[in-house]
Formats: sequence, C-alpha cells, structure tokens
Amino acid sequence: MIEAIDIHKSFDDKEILKGISAGFEKGKTNLIIGQSGSGKTVLLKSLVGLHDITSGDIRYDGHSFLELDNTAKKRLRQDIGMLFQGSALFDSLTVEENIRFPLDMFTNWSLEKKRERANFCIDRVKLENANNKFPSEISGGMQKRVAIARAISLNPKYLFCDEPNSGLDPRTAIIIDELIQEITKEFDMTTIVNTHDMNSVMGIGEKIIFIYQGHKLWEGTKDDIFHVQNKELEDFIFASKLFKKIRDNNI
Amino acid sequence: MRIFFHLGRYCLFLKKVFGKPEKHSVFIKQIVREVDKLGIDSLGIVIIISVFMGAVITLQTAYNIDLPIIPKYTVGLAARDSILLEFSSTIVGLILAGKVGSNIASEIGTMRVTEQIDALEIMGINPAGYLVLPKVVAFVFIIPALVTISMAVGIGGGYLAGSITGEVPGPEYIYGIQYAFQPFYIVYALSKAVVFAFIISTISAYWGYYVQGGALEVGKASTQAVVASSVQILLFNLILTQLLLA
Repeated sequence: MIEAIDIHKSFDDKEILKGISAGFEKGKTNLIIGQSGSGKTVLLKSLVGLHDITSGDIRYDGHSFLELDNTAKKRLRQDIGMLFQGSALFDSLTVEENIRFPLDMFTNWSLEKKRERANFCIDRVKLENANNKFPSEISGGMQKRVAIARAISLNPKYLFCDEPNSGLDPRTAIIIDELIQEITKEFDMTTIVNTHDMNSVMGIGEKIIFIYQGHKLWEGTKDDIFHVQNKELEDFIFASKLFKKIRDNNI
Repeated sequence: MRIFFHLGRYCLFLKKVFGKPEKHSVFIKQIVREVDKLGIDSLGIVIIISVFMGAVITLQTAYNIDLPIIPKYTVGLAARDSILLEFSSTIVGLILAGKVGSNIASEIGTMRVTEQIDALEIMGINPAGYLVLPKVVAFVFIIPALVTISMAVGIGGGYLAGSITGEVPGPEYIYGIQYAFQPFYIVYALSKAVVFAFIISTISAYWGYYVQGGALEVGKASTQAVVASSVQILLFNLILTQLLLA
C-alpha cells in the first residue's frame, strides 16, 4: 500500500499539488485521472521520489519515504518498476539487454539465469522475435511491452505507469491496459496508473482518484464514476463525444 | 550571477559523478565502450587535421624565415615546438571539444528529455555516476594516446610538406626536430591534454544532464557545451602554461 499524505509541491512560486491525500491499494490498479496540466505526472513523480515534495509525507507499506536514508531508498527503489510515457528504453541496448539491465545492475546471477528471467518477462508481455532488436526498430506498442517487461524483471512490489497508452491506437491501448492489470494481479503489486483516457478508466479503474488543478476532487471506482455530481469531473468524463452520447441516450 | 549558479551546480554534479560505481564489472565494460566511442572514433579527424596542420606550420615557417643566414633546420625545430607546445594539445583539444563535447552533451541531453535518466534513477542507480564517470575516465585515459599520435603525425606532415615542396630538405628537417629537444615539452603537452579531457567530458556532460525541454534544448545544450568547454580550455591553457613553463 502506498499513501500520499497532504502532499504539496511547488516549482518556484507556482504550487502544482495543493494538499493531496490518497491511499493506493495493493493488488489493485489505482488510477490517477485528470486533464493535462492538472498535476498527475507531478504527483506520480513525487510518489516515486523523482520530485522532492514541498511538504507532506509519502508512505510505502507504512514506512515514510522521506525518512529513509540513501541506502534504504536505494533498496526500496529496486522494489519499484516504472513505465514512462515515452517508454524510456535505453537506445543503445537491444530489447533483451534493456530487460536484463536491472538484473545486470542488481544481481550476481549468471548470464544464463539472467537471460532466462529476461525471456520469461518477454514471454509474459507476449513479445515475439524482438530480443535482438533495438528500441528504434520496434513499434510504440512493442516499446511499451518492453518497458513493462523491464519494470517487472526484478519482481517489484510497486508499479507506476505514466500515461501508458498515450500515442497508441485504441486496440493496442486496451491490450497494454489489460497487461498492466493482469500483471498487477499476478504479482500482487500496488499499481498506480496515470491517465486521461476514459477507456482505461472504464477498463482497469479499480480505484480512481480525480485531480483537478492540484486538488483531489474525487475518489471512487469505475462503477460509481458516472453517478458523481461534480462539475469538473463531469466535464472531464463527458469531454468525449462518445461518452456524452452514451449519457444523453441513457445507455 | 548566472555563472555562480552554474559553477555551484557543476561542483554538485561532479560530486554525483564521482560517487562509487554501482557494479565494477559493468563500469569496466562501459569504460572500454567509451574508449572506443570517444577515443578510437576520434582518431581519424585527429590524424587528418594533424597532417595538414603540421604541413602548413612547416611551410609557413619556411616562407617566413627564408633568409640565407638562418639555417633550414630551424624550420623543423620551429614546427616541432609549435606542434608539441600548442597544436597537439590545445588545438586538438579544441577540435575534440567540438566533436566529443557535442556528442556527450547531445547523448546525455537526449537521455534526459526521453526520461531515460529518470528511469535509471527509479531503478536506484546514480545516473550521473553511471553515465558520466566512464566517459570521463575513458577520455582522460585515451587523450594522451591521441595527442601523442597527433604529435607524430603532425611532425610527419611537416616532413612531407617540406620534402615535397623542396622548401626544407628531409635531412635538415630531421636534424631540426632533434635539435635542442626538451622531453619536458611532451610531459607539458600531455598534462594539458589530460586537463582538457577532464574539462571537455565533465562540462559537456553537465550541460546535457540538466537539459529541460525537447530537441531544441538538446541542440542548445550541445552548443553551450562546446562553447563553455572551448573557453575553459583556453583559460586553463593560459594557467597551465604559466604554471608549467614559467
């Protein structure tokens, strides 16, 4: 479980996060949703320690992240996998080397064992014939799969995904969403997904937090999101013509 | 005031860079790769420029001291000293600031804007140490070899130019390059080169590491890296000359 407790984050004089508190549950896909510029990515990056928060606390299974010393932080980070918006694969390494990278850095396993683990992760994300290709030689969807495989190679407890299906076609986006949800269940991870895609919300949103201009405005599940009386959330959900049509026709 | 900001951040950056490597076996592999990328890949341009510069220095010296009372071998002597003292360390340093400096800044800058550096940090790896230290060690290690090759090739270029044009006969040139030779000049040139390699690799990495934005900013950082490295090379050339030759 990951808890955000009254998180404030400012860049110079501009306050981006204005006192966000939320709990992200183990074994579930927790979604942070909101418009572009609402502070989703800043919140996600603050939770993993890429941004130092101005005030508040972040707790991983009850332990304050801010109170950890460097060694403990480093150890915790080996339990974190992250899928970046642009995949963030290392250009100079092949697909297999990218997935093996965390194993090369943090294990003393033999090359054979590391390759075995990398191939397990490759199979798990259903990648075929891509081991020796470079990131620039594969499609966006495949890059996301490689990034997921890399994120799970060390068997992490926590998985963070920053807009995992941005830039993907709707079919591939659904496949990636499903993969994230399957992996979350299979490895019993605490997964936090940042998205503004309503298809993802309806597909994998077991717990949803809506952020608006740095505030948390709503928290719930995909089952009750359509029944909320909140103008900002309604504007966000029904910005899509399809969802608007569904609402207007009472489907 | 901006210069103090960069100076302070550069010092903090160096502290990160010189942290303990994550894994020694990986670190050694990276050094070997960087020696190839930064050093061996620069060999071609160093050789081409050195041959031509050696030839030009020799011919210009020959044309400018074309007096019967000055023996021809002095052309070889002057060319040798110019190449050893200034050309092979400083000019080659400036050329490498352009080639290697822009390469380092754009590579690290691109990794920053595509979140590859964030990915390293998330994994619990010190990105500055992992990415930059092998480059610094490799470049500092390989530059004496590049400068030594430049010296040999530059003097060889002078020999060829003098012989082919007939301005400086071969035996006189050979006598000139041996005349009053001071081995300390080699030590001086290599010492400068090592300092320049450190300047080029760390300053370029610094500009790349702190890029914010996209492709345009990576390009700007690359340019800033080359400009800042070149200015520092000139400054340290002056300081080292005063310290080592005074």
